[in-house]
Amino acid sequence: MSVSAHPYRRYMREHVRGTTTCPGCGNGIITQAILRAIEELGQDMDDFVFVSGIGCASWIPSPLFAADTLHTTHGRPIAFATGLKLGLPGKNIMVISGDGDLAAIGGNHLIHAARRNIGLTVILVNNGIYGMTGGQTAPTTPRGVTTITSPYGSLEHPFDICAMVAAAGAPYVARWTTYHPRQMTRSITKALQKNGFALVEAISQCPVQFGRAAKLGKAIDMLKYYKSKSVNWKRARDLGEEELRGKIIVGEFVDMEKPELASQWTRLKEELMEG
Amino acid sequence: MGKGKRVLTGTYFEMGNWACAEGAIAAGCEFVAGYPITPASEIINRLAQRLPLTGGTLLQTEDEISAICSAIGASWAGCKALTATSGPGISLMQENIGFAVATETPLVIVDVQRLGPSTGVPSVGLTADIVQVARGSHGDYQIIALCPESPQEMFDLTIRAFNLAERYRVPVFLMADGFIGHMREQIVIPDEDRIEIEHRTIPEPGIAPMERQDFLDVTVAPMPVFGRGLKAHVTSSCHDEHGMRNLSDPEIMHRYISAPIDKILIHRDDIIQIETDCEGVDVVMVSYGTVSRSARAAARLAQADGLKVGTFRMLTCWPFPDKEIRQMSECVDYMLVLENNKGQLYPYIKAEAAHACQVEFLGPQTLGQIHDPHYILSHIKEMIP
Repeated sequence: MSVSAHPYRRYMREHVRGTTTCPGCGNGIITQAILRAIEELGQDMDDFVFVSGIGCASWIPSPLFAADTLHTTHGRPIAFATGLKLGLPGKNIMVISGDGDLAAIGGNHLIHAARRNIGLTVILVNNGIYGMTGGQTAPTTPRGVTTITSPYGSLEHPFDICAMVAAAGAPYVARWTTYHPRQMTRSITKALQKNGFALVEAISQCPVQFGRAAKLGKAIDMLKYYKSKSVNWKRARDLGEEELRGKIIVGEFVDMEKPELASQWTRLKEELMEG
Repeated sequence: MGKGKRVLTGTYFEMGNWACAEGAIAAGCEFVAGYPITPASEIINRLAQRLPLTGGTLLQTEDEISAICSAIGASWAGCKALTATSGPGISLMQENIGFAVATETPLVIVDVQRLGPSTGVPSVGLTADIVQVARGSHGDYQIIALCPESPQEMFDLTIRAFNLAERYRVPVFLMADGFIGHMREQIVIPDEDRIEIEHRTIPEPGIAPMERQDFLDVTVAPMPVFGRGLKAHVTSSCHDEHGMRNLSDPEIMHRYISAPIDKILIHRDDIIQIETDCEGVDVVMVSYGTVSRSARAAARLAQADGLKVGTFRMLTCWPFPDKEIRQMSECVDYMLVLENNKGQLYPYIKAEAAHACQVEFLGPQTLGQIHDPHYILSHIKEMIP
């Protein structure tokens, strides 16, 4: 009997036989988008360091990816990655983590990394809830959704992560859902080529926690929901507030060039040491 | 003067914090992360100017959590890394100091201690973080902490801290305080070839992580630094010798806790430094850091009065010099523990010494002020019959 391996098995550690994700989780689609982007760019896993934090999305590279992988404390992967990038300016440092990790407990590092324009590729997986700990309200949970810690419906307003990171100065910001794997792959490809802080927010289904809390059904129902609710920001510009209610604005929000921190350090040190 | 030189050989009259910065550069430090805080700021101020000239990078972070995390990240990038702060910063760093312990990351953390608790008094020294740095992060672990008593030792022990960090793949604390940090005194920086510098060992390429021992080796595993194709996996969660997470095997849990502790304790004789001047004395004063200067002055006063009083100074507070204190206690009748706090190491010292001699604690007359040698002497006279 011949055994055929998945084409991306070569990017994974041989001894790792499974993942920790629940059935229907969006992590698989995002994993594939990341690996496809790496393949399309013809990059080697040894050109990368993957950094993750705590939460479901942090299991995407750790321990799966056959590369240098750093699994950090809750909320801090961007801070660890900043030191890594300054120490290894020639490598791709990719942070893969969730909305709770990067936008709640780690929110300060997120905005400051965008502000200082350190060359990281950040894949922020937004499932709108704390999945791993059993379905608590996140700073991305839509107002009114009932969760285990907001049983009467969340009274708080969620973050627009892309708007926040764009306002902090990031030169590349995009958002797609797991219904958009091709667009997501293209954005990751562009993010990897950007010399600067690049954020791709991946809205991802968590049928086990968010799907149940928001009464959105199973994984396939959630993907259909993303399909019906997504509006590209270029079209959204022409729509009124009422038409945009409940919509997910997707697309590439920022794509520009500005001086990146690690490259500036390399140049500065060369100048100082010559002079 | 010597613009891009790593070692500024010469004699200076400068602050302890200046000496710490120069010690770091002399030790080969390549990455520094820090957040401004009194009374430690002069360290990053000096390094901001000097480090880039020697090829290093300084990152002023958004908070101390980011400072320790980026320093750990830089260490895994293969750089010798340092962060410098004071007590409030250490409190913020504690979770990730545990990360450095669990992942066996070489790193130097300078704590220029100030009067606390909480925001306290920024510019007054109080050596009250001394237990916090050994026990402040959750879980069980051992730490190395060095205690300088002068600006000269801020230079010398910063280099030693880097060497111990590299030798044992551990975070190492330099426990200064506001007094020594801001004190100006003579500092002698020796010739570059007289400064011994150590570097971590790194595994040979070509061996897969599952065939390597990257962690949990009490004789110190080579560090699989990133960017060399070693495909290292690093997690602070319970892991095996390959760095792979394991939350189910009790034997691995046991080794995950024990090996980093034993790695330090097995090498304790190499790490612990004690300075004694107590040949044939009846009374010994035990101290560390700034207070040791008063202890020496008090010993001279006592000797002038014909009393047999000596000193025992801990240059290393952690791992705790239990054996040395026990041996000392068996040679004297009285032991006086001097600390600029309400008695933080006193219980540890008493536990080792009380079986053999009378042990007492003496804080300063006023907390936050250095012990007056005459005040120490009058206490000694009350202590002995």
